[in-house]
Amino acid sequence: MPPRLELRNITKSYPGIIANDDISMSIMPGEIHAVLGENGAGKSTLMKIIYGAAQADSGEIFCDGKPVAAHTPATSRALGIEMVYQHFALFESVTVVENIALAVSSTFDLDALARQITELSNRYGMPIDPHRRVHDLSVGERQRVEIVRCLLQAPKLLILDEPTSVLTPQAVVKLFETLRQLASEGCSIVYISHKLDEVQELCDTATVLRNGKVTGTARPKESTSAQLARMMVGAELPEMHVSPSVPSDKPVLEVRGLTAPARDQYGVELKNVSFEVRGGEIVGLAGVSGNGQAELISLLSGERTHPNALAIQIDGKAAAHLNASERRKLGMAFVPEERLGRGAVPPHALWQNAVLTAHRAGLVRNGLVDRKQASSFAAGIIERFKVKANGPQSIAQSLSGGNLQKFIVGREIALEPKLFLVAQPTWGVDVGAAAFIRQTIVDLSRSGAAVLVISEELDELFEICDRLLVICQGQVSPPLIRTKTNREEIGLLMTRVDRGNGSNGRAEVAIQD
Amino acid sequence: MDLFIAIFTGTIIAATPLIFAALGELVVEKSGVLNLGIEGMMLMGAAFAFWAVIAGLPMPVAILAGALGGAAASLLFGVLALTFLTNQYAAGLALAIFGSGVSAFLGRNFGSAPIDALKKIYIPYLSDIPVVGPMLFRFDPMVYFAIVMFFVISWFLYRTKGGLVLRTIGESPETAHAIGYPVIRIRYLAVLFGGLMAGLAGAYLSVAYTPLWVENMTAGKGWISLALVVFATWRPLRVLLGAWLFGGMTILQLQGQALGIAVPSELLSALPYLATIIVLVIISQNRQMLALHFPASLAKPFRPAT
Repeated sequence: MPPRLELRNITKSYPGIIANDDISMSIMPGEIHAVLGENGAGKSTLMKIIYGAAQADSGEIFCDGKPVAAHTPATSRALGIEMVYQHFALFESVTVVENIALAVSSTFDLDALARQITELSNRYGMPIDPHRRVHDLSVGERQRVEIVRCLLQAPKLLILDEPTSVLTPQAVVKLFETLRQLASEGCSIVYISHKLDEVQELCDTATVLRNGKVTGTARPKESTSAQLARMMVGAELPEMHVSPSVPSDKPVLEVRGLTAPARDQYGVELKNVSFEVRGGEIVGLAGVSGNGQAELISLLSGERTHPNALAIQIDGKAAAHLNASERRKLGMAFVPEERLGRGAVPPHALWQNAVLTAHRAGLVRNGLVDRKQASSFAAGIIERFKVKANGPQSIAQSLSGGNLQKFIVGREIALEPKLFLVAQPTWGVDVGAAAFIRQTIVDLSRSGAAVLVISEELDELFEICDRLLVICQGQVSPPLIRTKTNREEIGLLMTRVDRGNGSNGRAEVAIQD
Repeated sequence: MDLFIAIFTGTIIAATPLIFAALGELVVEKSGVLNLGIEGMMLMGAAFAFWAVIAGLPMPVAILAGALGGAAASLLFGVLALTFLTNQYAAGLALAIFGSGVSAFLGRNFGSAPIDALKKIYIPYLSDIPVVGPMLFRFDPMVYFAIVMFFVISWFLYRTKGGLVLRTIGESPETAHAIGYPVIRIRYLAVLFGGLMAGLAGAYLSVAYTPLWVENMTAGKGWISLALVVFATWRPLRVLLGAWLFGGMTILQLQGQALGIAVPSELLSALPYLATIIVLVIISQNRQMLALHFPASLAKPFRPAT
């Protein structure tokens, strides 16, 4: 039997960088094949070449034994190759069903397609409303749309790029069941991930990339994490040091009875949210995306204000009525979920992006930007936080996700905040950078700052947090001590808020398990 | 009553070229391309149609010639902006100037005599109804055709897959390319369609509305059409209403001048522009709706990744 897909000596270079250097691999029908590698290792470029979104400079691609010539995404889809992009290929201004209709080459019957989407998405435990606009969906919900779109095509080869980062543990189990079932039906799966335990659980074979080259192939089920990590990173991963926390007596962030209407008709209403974060501790907020995180983040960061000033107190001062700038004056710093567009201005240089929030740190004099100061400030962050960039003049969007995130986190931490809010700190960030960012957050907290981490990655929360909160349907659970809870308990809370106040029966189950 | 009917029918007629040109530009902009050269394409359309009439060709052929003249001009823009990725603002402005020059050159020997205008159709029975008959059923065919085009374009944009593809290319050509749509080809089609519609608008001016040849006879209607699309927040119904509003104000100020209202005529002449812009600014206040209908990739050059 010929392989479903075979790559022979694929080479692709961009100006100044060889993204893929002589890469060969083959995937049999029904095989689940992992592609492991850090950001910048060339995984994304390779996937684009497989999918036809980019053309290799040299090398050949065979599908079911036949060479693929004149490769475009359309030919890929005709061959049954489907891809879930890391940066989602969705149009924001149109609805879920319209987005999916664009990729499905059947008749244009939106009502029938909507029913199909509802049915399929419920079957795989990823419910989505086909008539919502993608613009109003959270990142996690968008990923569900992407996966459902591919599954609708009954693909022969499915490429998944970090698909589990936004799912609950139960949903990951469900997804793996789905993928195994697809594989048993003969569909080949290319699974891109940096989560070694997942790869070991799911994948039959793995190809490891580093700096555009294949550094090894492995049978993940028979290899240890350390072996895989060494192939991927080229060195041992740094170990996390999480020392015990010494929380301050008074909370630095205090949220009391915060109730707020939904942002729009698809948003989530926040119901009587109360919690506190003390100096020196890290509190994690877990939850499946679209359960009120966006509302809570915008209210905490000051993007949205609240008429009841006492609902949010920062360092003992009423703050809910203050705007983002006034809250920052109280010692708050914030790293938003969207790196490009909210955390940084994509086409601006790093030193300009530094001025955005660090203008308080002496970068502006008499209303004029002090370029020298700003440049040296940015250079300081680049050095201290090991950002791979060509100095402060580099354009923000030219950095890889992990490096830009290191820069943004670094910029906020350099402001020495008393209160640090961070959403999805390691979204789409490679293992090395993620470990570094987590360690940075831990170090900040141990130096006395109060840290609130909003994340959909339970692994991350369990690794660094002292206490955990769970948000579901706009309600926040009472705090759980990290060492006295487990994934299953959190996972259940992510789908049902059990607060003993009689409302738990009504709460809709967001994820079916 | 007669005055009211005259104002009403005058409004509909004055709005017709704007409807053609603005709806055409709406389709172009929905695909993410900004063609500022409507004025030039309209003038090309006007000149070609007028030339066909004085050459003795039948009226439908003359109007078709006008449409093709506009399309030919738009093709020039398409090659510059889509194939060679020239700055779209610059290419559009160049087209406006180019069209004006070429049409003036073509029109050197057209003379100043009026031609027989496109005939009005009296729709049997309906046109005899009192009041409503003269108001609605005694126009030339192009007036009805403009309304038909409104429905066709609305249906196409929001009810067909082709329209969905066009709109999403306008939002993100990169994504559309990634899922396998031929972005450049579809944008060419949109630009050509915009040219056809602008050509029709020009043809309507020279063979039905005026009907004689004057250099630069569009008198800024192309620019107004552009503004209409923006202020209508890229929605067909608002384009239609905006065109009627502008047409109505044009006729009202003419009537006002005829009645000798004691306001400087220059001020009255400015009235349609002012009123249209004020109304459209007011209705484009809802920023969320604006963001929803705005083609996010407008005027940004796109080259498929290799």
